Amino acid sequence: MAAFLEVSGLKAFYGQTQALYDVAFALRQGGITTLLGANGAGKTTTLRAICNMVRTEGRISFDGQPIVGRATESIVRLGVAHVPEGRGTFTTLTVGENLRIAAYTRGRSARAEVKRDLDMVFEYFPRLSERVEQQAGTLSGGEQQMLAVSRALMLRPRLMLLDEPSFGLAPLIVQEIFRILRRINNESKVSMLLVEQNAALALELADHAYVLETGRVVMAGPSAVVKNDENIRKSYLGY
Amino acid sequence: MSTANPADTATSTTAAVPASPAAPVGSGTDHRWVWIVVAIAAALPLLHFIAPNVISDYRLFLMSTMMIAAIAVLGLNLLTGFNGQISLGHGAFYAVGAYTAAVLMDKLDLPYWTLLPMVAAVCFVVGFLFGLPALRLEGHYLALATFALALAVPQMLKYKWLEGLTGGVQGIVLLKPEAPFGLPLSEDQWLYYYCLIVTVLLYWGAWNMLRGRSGRAMMAIRDHHMAADTMGIDTARYKAVTFGISAAYTGIAGALSASAIAFVAPDSFGFFLSISLLIGLVVGGVASLSGSIIGGIFTVLVQNSAQALSNFVKNDIGLPYDLSPYSVYGILLLVLMYVMPTGIAGGVVMAWRRLRR
Amino acid sequence: MEQLIQQIASGLANGAIYACVALALVMIFVSTDHINFAQGEMAMFSTYISWQLIQWGLDYWIAFFATVVISFVAGVLIERVVLRPLHSAPVLSIVVVFIGLLAICNSVAGTAWSYLIKEYPTPFPKELFGLSGLIGAHQLGVVVVTLVVLTLLYVFFRYTPLGLAMRAAAQNPVSARLSGVRVDWMLALGWGLAAAVGAVAGMMVAHIVYLDPNMMAGILLYAFAGALLGGISNPGGAVLGGFIVGVLENLVAFLGNAAEKATGIYIIGNGEKLTVALIIVITVLTLKPSGLFGRVVVKRV
Repeated sequence: MAAFLEVSGLKAFYGQTQALYDVAFALRQGGITTLLGANGAGKTTTLRAICNMVRTEGRISFDGQPIVGRATESIVRLGVAHVPEGRGTFTTLTVGENLRIAAYTRGRSARAEVKRDLDMVFEYFPRLSERVEQQAGTLSGGEQQMLAVSRALMLRPRLMLLDEPSFGLAPLIVQEIFRILRRINNESKVSMLLVEQNAALALELADHAYVLETGRVVMAGPSAVVKNDENIRKSYLGY
Repeated sequence: MSTANPADTATSTTAAVPASPAAPVGSGTDHRWVWIVVAIAAALPLLHFIAPNVISDYRLFLMSTMMIAAIAVLGLNLLTGFNGQISLGHGAFYAVGAYTAAVLMDKLDLPYWTLLPMVAAVCFVVGFLFGLPALRLEGHYLALATFALALAVPQMLKYKWLEGLTGGVQGIVLLKPEAPFGLPLSEDQWLYYYCLIVTVLLYWGAWNMLRGRSGRAMMAIRDHHMAADTMGIDTARYKAVTFGISAAYTGIAGALSASAIAFVAPDSFGFFLSISLLIGLVVGGVASLSGSIIGGIFTVLVQNSAQALSNFVKNDIGLPYDLSPYSVYGILLLVLMYVMPTGIAGGVVMAWRRLRR
Repeated sequence: MEQLIQQIASGLANGAIYACVALALVMIFVSTDHINFAQGEMAMFSTYISWQLIQWGLDYWIAFFATVVISFVAGVLIERVVLRPLHSAPVLSIVVVFIGLLAICNSVAGTAWSYLIKEYPTPFPKELFGLSGLIGAHQLGVVVVTLVVLTLLYVFFRYTPLGLAMRAAAQNPVSARLSGVRVDWMLALGWGLAAAVGAVAGMMVAHIVYLDPNMMAGILLYAFAGALLGGISNPGGAVLGGFIVGVLENLVAFLGNAAEKATGIYIIGNGEKLTVALIIVITVLTLKPSGLFGRVVVKRV
């Protein structure tokens, strides 16, 4: 079966500095794949490269369409939602406005659908519905992460890129968010590419795993295999 | 004399517009050129006796104004090009210099050749005082503050309380300097030499300063303020002092122009003056001493050829457009930022490098 | 007393103009982090266009709206053509380009329409407004038009999807892109709106100060003072700042004149208006650069 998201020979640069040297992986439609690795391995850069937020070379194909070099916003309009490192919240806008802006691309004709999606989002994250008029910058870390995921959902994406969703959050909140991610994947059939430092957690959620080291993929396999391979765990995942 | 100079010109990081060039203070080749130019310049008026119509008094006067403009642009370059503090209002310091000289000559009857050190001191203080609040401002904000200064200068000069000194709207009429020691030189010829001596001294002074520790500190502050701070450079002191020195240079130019034109009035120091200085800076070459000279010459040429340019455009090209210096400036400012951001000096250096390879 | 009220009223009218220009400045600053030094000259140029349309026989209000539209388009074009390539250029280059725009606008206007001062018509008939004792018809009209424009803009930004998209693009361009917003076009639209608002200000003030290529220079300086005072990152603050500066300008002159009459000493009067603006600019920039209502931006190292 043709991969939903396929990356090969991917190179990425921050200015003159090269961060990715040759990254290759594939994502099955409907699946959850995780990118693991130590700090500086290039995980965040890979997500950014998919959205063309950094200078990229190589091949990236999303649902059969090549997307290297396309403007970020047009990649997003194809159905890719990126929940960035740091949440990317519009801090001076309200929670409601943050959600509405994500529905911006869907046009006036989709008003009813947008309303339904908002209800769905509030069903996943009831805490947000209590804070609709609140300025987003005043939310707690966990709530901002929920908002970030919700904004991604409002895009009605087919692929969600999540960059360290557990970062800086209390374990209970992290578990809650990961549970909801699993629900979203099951119910809305959204494929997910998850970058995580917390390898144990990621391997619980994902079906497949790729391990990155200094800009290259050094290990790939179903998460069950990766989880149980002691050498890999000790060398690359630190536990 | 060393030929290898690590502080050479611009390395381009973005496609069209490079960051400010590192100081092209001059390699060995540069030095020889400077001496040649100075020698020619010194000999020029003497050729008057051979070709009186070519080296006429008027032409010498014009060249004097070019040198004055060059000094003014040099002042601006010290601040903006070498120290990274954007000034859109250097016309203000030019005005202070001009008026200080005029008042000293008019009210105290001081001879013109005693003026420059006093003018330099006054302008240094004014510049330093302006530089103090400017310490907190960067980039756009500093540009804004100096922009406001440039707009307000003519009005400030017409302030009622200063009218006794400044002569208000009518200004002050002065006498042109005469050749000393009974030398057989006309007023314009002597003025030429006077300006030449001042120009050479100031150029040498700037070159020396930039070559040494102060120069490196100034440029370090321009290139990476925070790093300079953490390296122990007293950025506040350097920035304020540079402001003062820059104001002094441009003020001296103003004082020279007061002697040259023999007249000062508030309306000659408006916003157009500050724009001319900016143009000189950009056309000649940011952070380039030789560029400042080129820039100064350029602004005088444009202003003097305004009529000819206008006729050329109207009659020869056939466009119903009055090409004023202002329009030339505007068009150039835009075009240069895309095509030749390092100015003529930078362009010459790059062409020279390509030839040498 | 009556004179004082007159001064305040005309100060409000002037302040309305400053508020419009200040708003245009803030719109561009908030979305692009650039200060549009050419804002005044662009507004002046637009005013000349409207004058020309009126000369060609168009009704005042038709010319007015046509000019607003033309200015909007021009603003969009300037952003896309002139400023787009300079996205990552050093600050000096960008400032220089703005000054270049300023010079071109001024010189082209001077060439096309000469530097002779012209009269500019007012659409507000003297008889319609009954407060002609305290405030002129035109001045009242200026305040009303300004308030209408400001309200329209407020509604646009607050309640429409496009307005929301523009605010998002200004606040966080990266996140806006990740939400599918075409940030580049949002910037261009911002410029278009700023140019349009500037045009309104120019057309309103031309009747008061008479039309000539240099009419906006002082007004621009006052708009800067107002924008800085209110907070250059805060549209509402900038508008308020514009009004404050307008009233302040007149009050200072009024008090100066009164002091002169009382004591015979001239301290300050109409001739020092630009200097007062300069003092405000420098004071705000040194003491509180974020203005009364702006947010302090902390730069991450």
